[in-house]
Amino acid sequence: MTTAPTTDRRPIALDFPRLLTGSGPGYDEHLRTLGPLPDHRGLIEEVERSGLTGRGGAGFPTARKLSAMTPRGVVIANGSEGEPLSAKDEWLLRQRPHLVIDGMLATARATDAKQLHLVVGPASEAAARQAVGERRDARGIEVTVTQERFVSGEASAVVHLLTSGDALPTDHTVRLTTRGLRRKPTLVQNVETLAHIGVIARFGAAAFRSVGHPADPGTRLFSITGDVQHPGVTEAEGGTPLRSVIGVASPRSVAGVLVGGYHGTWVGREALERPLALPTMPGAIPAGAGILMVIGEGTCGVRTTAEIAEYLAAESAGQCGPCVNGLPALAELVARLAHGDRNHGLVGEVERMLTLVDGRGACHHPDGTARIVRSAMRTFAADIEAHRHGHCLAAR
Amino acid sequence: MSESLHIDWTRCRGRGVCVELMAGLRRDEWGYPVVVGGGSDLPIAPGEREAAEDAVALCPLLALSFRPSSAA
Repeated sequence: MTTAPTTDRRPIALDFPRLLTGSGPGYDEHLRTLGPLPDHRGLIEEVERSGLTGRGGAGFPTARKLSAMTPRGVVIANGSEGEPLSAKDEWLLRQRPHLVIDGMLATARATDAKQLHLVVGPASEAAARQAVGERRDARGIEVTVTQERFVSGEASAVVHLLTSGDALPTDHTVRLTTRGLRRKPTLVQNVETLAHIGVIARFGAAAFRSVGHPADPGTRLFSITGDVQHPGVTEAEGGTPLRSVIGVASPRSVAGVLVGGYHGTWVGREALERPLALPTMPGAIPAGAGILMVIGEGTCGVRTTAEIAEYLAAESAGQCGPCVNGLPALAELVARLAHGDRNHGLVGEVERMLTLVDGRGACHHPDGTARIVRSAMRTFAADIEAHRHGHCLAAR
Repeated sequence: MSESLHIDWTRCRGRGVCVELMAGLRRDEWGYPVVVGGGSDLPIAPGEREAAEDAVALCPLLALSFRPSSAA
């Protein structure tokens, strides 16, 4: 289900080089457009003023993570992108790798880190190695290819990959910035977050904040997929309404949108005017890692959710009992809803199973699976009821 | 400082010793402990400290540990 990044039309014109409007992938083009990376002093304060938040999904304030680092630590750029609906990290690594490298170098300098790792999916390996090989200041960056597994992008799985070669989440009771890779302070940042740091290091916080909403400044990358004519990656200001962002990909009709990928939230047509932003913005749909999957009027949201739940159950790393046992049980119940099982207790049984998986794992795989199913129960409530009576609203 | 009993799900195999010792734990249908309030951390009630220490010491998979309740 991986989407080839083809779209780079933007819903809003940006006034200076951002992620899509910069240039690359070569280092020469990058330098011609942006000039060399300045030796930025006070980067952490600048990032703090910018209001940048993590673009890997959790939306944590980046400056807080940077400030938590102590000297001689490790910076890991996370381009694992285990989520099959996401394409933006691969796009960045293949088209704008030097912005990511700029962000890594500026961050390592600001936090006095001594080790730099760039973790990428197999599709981005050649581009990442090429970019690192093109510049002298990147010689200290070690490129590692991760396994294609849904949970491989989890921060603890990335650290485990670098320790043991296996991208499995681990139980961690202290923050990675306190004790991470080989017990060193470790900063794991999504590659898009680092690319934004590359922009902030050059143009400053005020320029970053000149677009977007005060509650969600700057821009975000979105991966748009599903029932659209032009699936791909686009960039939009924080707080852009859902309708404008998906409009770039030309959906034929919209019955619902899955926001945030397989661990995300379904919203219906009534949410189209709501802004995509941080959850702290009033009325916002949490943008997460910017994954948008549109389903048109001919696609059944309940059936789609059942397929996703089955996939997620199979993607359990197999380490935690409640995930190993609970996710297949949950997927089976959702499949029964999708296939028109008339059992009256089914919805209640789904609710019970949701509480049995939620929050009971070393990583967020069970919680994310519970989230998408819970949102489907809400968004497609009428359709679930229709299925119980032997028909489907999508097949009218 | 208040403490919680933390379950490392990657180690737990549902042997159930902790469920016998702690009032705030029950077993799910596969035998794994369920924290009554949800999640992976059971706040230790006053007077339960000794039982919690036993649970940590007796877990055959070493899946239990103490952690400060404030930790995320």
